Amino acid sequence: MEAVKGENLVFSEVDEILEKYQNERTPLLAVLQDVSRKWGYLPRDVMGYVAKKLDVPSAQVWGAATFYSFFETEPVGQYMVRVCKSAPCHVLGAVNVLGTLQRELGIQVGDTSRDGKFTLQATSCLGVCGVAPAMMVNDITYGNLTEERIREVLALYE
Amino acid sequence: MFYRAHVLIEMTSNSIHLGASQVKERLEREIAQAGLSNEVKVLETGPLGRGVPSPFLMIYPDNIMYAPVTVSEVREIVSEHLLKGRPVERLIVSETAPALKEGYFRPSPLAKEKRVVLRNSGLIDPGSIEDYIAQDGYQALGKVLSMSRQEAINIVKDSGLVGRGGAGFPTGLKLEFTMKAPGEEKYVVCNADEGEQGTFKDRLILEGDPHSIVEAMAICGYAVGAGEGYIYIRAEYPESIRAVEKAIESATDTGLLGDGILGADFSFQVKIRQGAGAYICGEETSLLESIEGKRGEPRIKPPYPPQAGLWGKPTAINNVETLANIPPIILNGADWYKSIGTPTCPGTKVFTLTGNVNMLGLIEVPMGITLRELLYDVGGGIRGGRQMKVVQTGGPSGGTMTPDMLDVPMAFDTLAQFNSALGSGALTVVDDTHCIVDVVKNFCEFFLHESCGKCTPCRIGNKRIVEILDRMQRGRGRPGDLDLLRILGENMKTTSFCGLGQAAPNPLMKCLDYFQEEFEKHVTEHLCDCQVCEMKPKRKEVGV
Amino acid sequence: MAKVAAEVNRKDEQENVATLYLDGREIQVPASSSVLEACKSAGIHIPTLCHMDGLTPYGGCRICVVEIEGQPTLAAACVTPVREGMKIQTSSKKVREARKANLELLLSNHPLDCQLCDRNQFCELQDLAYELGVRKIRFEGEQQHHEVDISSPSVKRDLDRCILCGRCIRTCSEIQSVFAIDFANRGFESYISPSLGLPLGESVCINCGQCIHACPTGALSEVEHVEKVWDALNDPEKTVVLQTAPAIRVSIGEPFGMPQGTISTGKMVAALRRLGFDYIFDTNFSADLTIIEEGTEFITRLTQGGVLPLITSCSPGWIKFMEHFYPELMENVSTCKSPQQMLGAVVKTYFAQKIGVEAKDIVMASIMPCTAKKYECQRDEMRASGYQDVDYTLTTREAARMLREKGINLAEMPEEDFDEPLGLSTGAAAVFGATGGVMEAALRTVYEKVTGETLPKLDFMDVRGMDGVKEAIVDVKGTPVRVAVAHGLGNARTLLDTVRAGEVTYHFIEIMACPGGCIGGGGQPIPTNLDIRMKRIEAIYNVDKSFPVRKSHENPAIQKLYEDFLGEPNGEKAHHLLHTHYSCREKM
Ligand SMILES: Cc1cc2nc3c(=O)[nH]c(=O)nc-3n(C[C@H](O)[C@H](O)[C@H](O)COP(=O)(O)O)c2cc1C
Ligand code: SF4
Ligand code: SF4
Ligand code: SF4
Ligand code: SF4
Ligand code: SF4
Ligand code: SF4
Ligand code: SF4
Ligand code: FES
Ligand code: FES
Ligand code: FES
Repeated sequence: MEAVKGENLVFSEVDEILEKYQNERTPLLAVLQDVSRKWGYLPRDVMGYVAKKLDVPSAQVWGAATFYSFFETEPVGQYMVRVCKSAPCHVLGAVNVLGTLQRELGIQVGDTSRDGKFTLQATSCLGVCGVAPAMMVNDITYGNLTEERIREVLALYE
Repeated sequence: MFYRAHVLIEMTSNSIHLGASQVKERLEREIAQAGLSNEVKVLETGPLGRGVPSPFLMIYPDNIMYAPVTVSEVREIVSEHLLKGRPVERLIVSETAPALKEGYFRPSPLAKEKRVVLRNSGLIDPGSIEDYIAQDGYQALGKVLSMSRQEAINIVKDSGLVGRGGAGFPTGLKLEFTMKAPGEEKYVVCNADEGEQGTFKDRLILEGDPHSIVEAMAICGYAVGAGEGYIYIRAEYPESIRAVEKAIESATDTGLLGDGILGADFSFQVKIRQGAGAYICGEETSLLESIEGKRGEPRIKPPYPPQAGLWGKPTAINNVETLANIPPIILNGADWYKSIGTPTCPGTKVFTLTGNVNMLGLIEVPMGITLRELLYDVGGGIRGGRQMKVVQTGGPSGGTMTPDMLDVPMAFDTLAQFNSALGSGALTVVDDTHCIVDVVKNFCEFFLHESCGKCTPCRIGNKRIVEILDRMQRGRGRPGDLDLLRILGENMKTTSFCGLGQAAPNPLMKCLDYFQEEFEKHVTEHLCDCQVCEMKPKRKEVGV
Repeated sequence: MAKVAAEVNRKDEQENVATLYLDGREIQVPASSSVLEACKSAGIHIPTLCHMDGLTPYGGCRICVVEIEGQPTLAAACVTPVREGMKIQTSSKKVREARKANLELLLSNHPLDCQLCDRNQFCELQDLAYELGVRKIRFEGEQQHHEVDISSPSVKRDLDRCILCGRCIRTCSEIQSVFAIDFANRGFESYISPSLGLPLGESVCINCGQCIHACPTGALSEVEHVEKVWDALNDPEKTVVLQTAPAIRVSIGEPFGMPQGTISTGKMVAALRRLGFDYIFDTNFSADLTIIEEGTEFITRLTQGGVLPLITSCSPGWIKFMEHFYPELMENVSTCKSPQQMLGAVVKTYFAQKIGVEAKDIVMASIMPCTAKKYECQRDEMRASGYQDVDYTLTTREAARMLREKGINLAEMPEEDFDEPLGLSTGAAAVFGATGGVMEAALRTVYEKVTGETLPKLDFMDVRGMDGVKEAIVDVKGTPVRVAVAHGLGNARTLLDTVRAGEVTYHFIEIMACPGGCIGGGGQPIPTNLDIRMKRIEAIYNVDKSFPVRKSHENPAIQKLYEDFLGEPNGEKAHHLLHTHYSCREKM
C-alpha cells in the first residue's frame, strides 16, 4: 500500500464499506463511491481488495473505475474543483471562469496545486445552469461565478 | 397547531453555500427572541427556479418573497415584517433581476404557468411527509391499490402522457409492456441522471418534492408488478440524493413503502443508486449497466428494458418529470390531463431557460407555448438587448431553433414537423455576440467528452469533428473542411450505436445549414466577424 | 422505443422462419437469425470486424452496416435480429460509403506501417482496407499512443494498432473465463487494460494467447524469441537443439500456402534442419515419456489410494489457471512436467552426457503451438539440470517467420527424419495435439499396464471431437474408470465446478487451455478458427493411424531411456527430472 499507510487499518475501513452494501446485488459502484469519498481517489490496492471481496474481476473494476469521470485513480488535491464547460455556462463565460481559476490557483486544467490542496478539472453540465456559470468544489456547487466570487469561494478553502 | 405565518426558506445545494443554513439559524433565533415561535413556523423548501436569487425567503400567506437574503438582513425582516406586519420593501427582490418583482407579484406575464409536476415545489417542506400528505400526497397510491393493474395503467395510457426524458415514448404503453412481459421479478427505475446540458428540472423536482417521485415509483411498481424500484441520481446532485433518502425513510416509517402497503397485498421498496459523472448513463440501458456495477456502455436493443432490463428482468424506466405527472393523473383522471396542453400532446412541460436570457430558471407551462413567449415573456428577453442567434432545445440532442421558428408551438409533435425536437425541455439561448463555430465546437466537445467509446463513428468521429472546428477557429481551416464535417456528421448520425452518437452531430449539421456563410468565412477568409476565434494571421500577411 | 411494440408482438408469433428481402431477393431464414447470419446463408458477404463466431455479438465497429427499409439509421447486421418482411440493402451507395467512412476513421487512429507489423498479410484490418478500396484517409487527426507492453512472457500488446473491437476481451472472458482484460477509460481515450491497469505480465492472464487469434489486427502477438534463437544458431560455442511439438506438424504448412490439415512432418524437419539446428528432436518422444510417468502416477493413485481425480498437467495455460482459480485442486494435478520441459531436462542431462557436451553449452529451443510455453520454460521450477530445461520457445508462426527470412519454402522441402534417439515416437504421442488426446494416449497405456491384456480397440471416440466437455467410462477389467476431458478454460471451469460441488466423481481428467487443444494453441498460424481447428484435428488422427506403434509404452526409445538412465517410472531420478510442483496465486 504505497499511498495509504497501515494496510490492515485500511482494509478494515474497506470492510466497513463493504458491509454496508452486503445485501446489495451489484454494489461495485456504490462501494467505489464510498472509497473515493474516503480517500479522494481509488487506491489501487483498495480496488484489488474490493475486487476480491466482491468477486468481480479486477480488470472489470478498473474498467468501471476509469469509465466514470468522478473517479480518480491517482491521488488528487484535497479539493476537487470541477468547472462546468457545457454550452449554457460557456455562453455566459465559462472560459473566463476557467481562466480565472487557472490564474488564481496557478495550475492548468487537470493539474493539482503544489500544496496538494486543489485539483482543477473541466466537466460537463452540473445541472445548475440557472446560476451559470457554475463550478463544484467537492460536493458543493457554486453558481453566478464572477472573478470576484471565485476569489471569495476559494477563500473559503484556504 | 395553527400558525399565523409560514416562512419558507430555500434549502438547496446552491442556496446552502450562499448561506442558507446560517440564515435559517438566525431566522429561528430571531423569531424565538421576538416571541413568535408559536405564531410563525419556519419551513425548508426546494428551489423555485425562474432565476430567483438564492437563498430566498417566502412568507405566506402574504406571498412576499425576499431574495437573496443575508444573515444581517434577517433581524430586520423579522422585526419589521413578521412582528409589525410591514414588509421590508427594500429587500423584497434582487436588483439583478428587476423583471422578477413584476413577474412574481403580477401574474399576468406568467398567466401561462401551469403547475402539475411542480405543484408542490417551493410551497411545501420537501423534508416533511406530512406536508406532502396535506397536499393530497399518497392518495393516488391509495387509489391505485384498489384497482387492477390494468385499470391503473389504462388511466396513464388514456391520459396521453409521453416520456419527458427526451425520447417521447407513451408512458402507459411502456408500463403495459413491462406488466405483460413474462416473469415474476420486475423492476421500476427512475432515471434521475439528468445530464443533458442546460437541464435541471429533475433536480428541482427531486429537491422540492421528492415524495411525488417516491409515490409515482410505488404506483408504477404496483402497475407492473415490481417489488423494488431504483432511482439513479447523478452524483452532481448531492442535495437531491439527500432529499430522496429522507423521503424514502419517512415513507418507509409511515408504511407507505415496505411490506403490505396501506393494508394491500403490495410490497415495494425504493433504493438509490448514484451516478459518477457520465452523461451516457442517462441512456436507459447504460443506466442499467451502471446500476449493475459496470461501465455505462449501452446495450444492444432489442431486447428493450420492458422485456429484459435490470439483471435481465422486465423493467420500466421513467424520467423524473414523467413520474411526477403520474400521481395527479391518477387522482384527477385522464380527461383532466388531456385538457391541458395541445390535443395531440397533452400535459405540461417544464422548460429550463439558460444562456443569454435575462432570467435564467425554469417554468412549467402547458405544451404548445411558443418559443417567443418563453424567451420574451418568461425569460425577459435576450440579455443586453441583443438578438437571438440560435436556441438549442433539450440540449444538443434536442433541436436547433433559429429566429424564424419563434412562433412554432413547443410540443413533441409540432417541433418534429419542423425537423426540430423538444428533447428534455432545456432552452439554451445564444445571442448574436457568439461565433457559431465556437458554439458548435462547444457542443461537440461535450459529446467528445461523454462518448462511451464503444463504436467507431462516435468515438473517433467526435474527435475529428472537434479537431476540424478547432483548426477553423485558429484560422487553419482548409478547403473542403465543411464537406468533411458534413460527411462525418452524417456518418455519425446514421451509423452510431446509440442515441448519443446519433444525436451528437445535430447542432453541427443544423448550424452548417443555417449559418453556412459564417462557417465559410472562417474557412476561406479566416475571418471571425464576432471576433471570438483567435485567428492566426495568414502566413503571407506576416511582416507585410 | 417504437420498436418495442413490434418486439413484444413478435414473440407471440412464434414463427420459426422469417421471410426477408435481401437486395430484392426473397429468402427464408430461421426467425432467430441475425441479419448477418441471414446474409451469410444467402451467400451475401458482409464485411465485419468486431464480430467473431462463437462470441457474443458486440456491434461496436459499425463496419457491417446495412440499410433496412423504413429505418432512418443504418443497422449493424451482426446485432440486428431479422424481422418478418424486412427489406434489406446490403451494398447500396449509402452502405458502402458508411462502411468506408468508419474504416477510414479507424485507420485515422492507426499507424499505417504494415511493413513493420506482426500481422502484415494476415490482418483483417488490412484486408478490409483492400476490400473496401480505401485509397486515402480523409479524416486525419490525433492518434492515441501507448507504450508497447512486453511485460508478459507470452503476449505482446501494441495498443497503437488496436481498433477496440473487444474480441480479445470476449475471448478471455467468454471462452477462457479468465477475465484478465477489459476496456478502460472512455471515448477517444478508451483502451484495453489488464487487471487494475497493470501491465499484462502482472495480471491473471494465463498466457494462452487465445486473444491473439481473436485479434483482427497486429495489436496482439507473441513475445518473440526469434532473435535469441538466431543468436544461438550463430554462436559457434553452442550446441543448439530443437524440439517440435505434436501439434506443429499439422499446421506449419499453412503459412507456406499448404492446405489446412496437411501433415508436413518430414518437410518440417528438413526445413528446420536448414536453419542450422544441430539436433532436431521430437516433443512426441517426451509425450510418450509423459504417458509413462503420468500413467504410472495414475495407476498408483488408482490402485494404492491417492487423490483422485488425477488431472493432466501438460498445458501450462491450464496450470496457471489452476494456480489462480482452483488452488484447492493442486493436489489433484499430476506432478508431471509438460512434454516440452521433460524433453529439455532429458536433453540437458542424458543427451548431454551422451554427446559429451556440458549442459551450459546446450541451447534448447522448441517450436510450440503455444504462447504459454514461453512462460512455462521460464518458471523457476523448470531447471532440472541446473540450467533452464528449455531456453527459448518459438511459436509455429515464429518458426515460419525464421524459415521465410532464410528463404526456405517449407512446401518445397524433401522429407527428412528426426534425429536419434529422442526423435522416435508413437501414434499415442501424436494425438497429444488434439483435445482428448492425452487422455486417449494415457488410456491406451493404463489399460494394458493394469490389465496386462492387449487393448482390443485403440480409438476412444468418446473423448474426441469439439464438444466442450466430454466424458467416458472405460471398463478396465471390471473396474469402471470414469474420465472427462475439457478444452478451453470456460469449459474447464464448468467441469471443475461440478467436480468441486461433488456432483460427479471422475478418476481422470484432461484439461487443455485452448479450444481444440494444442492444434488451436495461441501460437498457431493465423487464422485459427473452428473450421481450421477441426481440419488440424483430423490430420492429427491421421498421423496416429500412420504409425505402426500406437502405444507409448511400446516406444523402444523410451524403454531404452529408462534402462540406460532413468531407472523406474516415477522413480527418484524420474522425479527429479520430470516432475514439478505448483504454487497458489492471487485470484484477482
Ligand atoms: C445519450 C442519452 C442520454 C439520455 N439522458 C437522459 C437523462 O439524463 N434523463 C432521462 O430521463 N432520460 C435520458 N435519456 C432517455 C432515456 O434513454 C430514456 O428514454 C428515458 O429515461 C425514458 O424515460 P421517459 O419515457 O420517462 O422519458 C437519454 C438518452 C440518451 C440516448
Ligand atoms: S454512439 Fe457509440 S460510442 Fe457513442 S455513446 Fe453511443 S455507443 Fe458509445
Ligand atoms: S470566426 Fe467569428 S464569426 Fe466566425 S465563428 Fe468564430 S467568432 Fe463567429
Ligand atoms: S494491424 Fe494490420 S493494418 Fe495495422 S499496421 Fe498491422 S498489418 Fe497494417
Ligand atoms: S504496398 Fe505500397 S505502401 Fe506498401 S510497401 Fe508497397 S509500395 Fe509501399
Ligand atoms: S493470453 Fe489468454 S488469458 Fe491472457 S489475456 Fe489473452 S486470452 Fe486472456
Ligand atoms: S487488442 Fe485486438 S482484439 Fe483486442 S480490442 Fe484491440 S484490436 Fe480488438
Ligand atoms: S492447450 Fe496447448 S497450446 Fe494451449 S496453453 Fe495448453 S499447451 Fe499451450
Ligand atoms: S451548463 Fe454549466 S451547469 Fe449546466
Ligand atoms: S461487425 Fe457488426 S458492428 Fe462490428
Ligand atoms: S503440444 Fe505438447 S502438450 Fe500440447
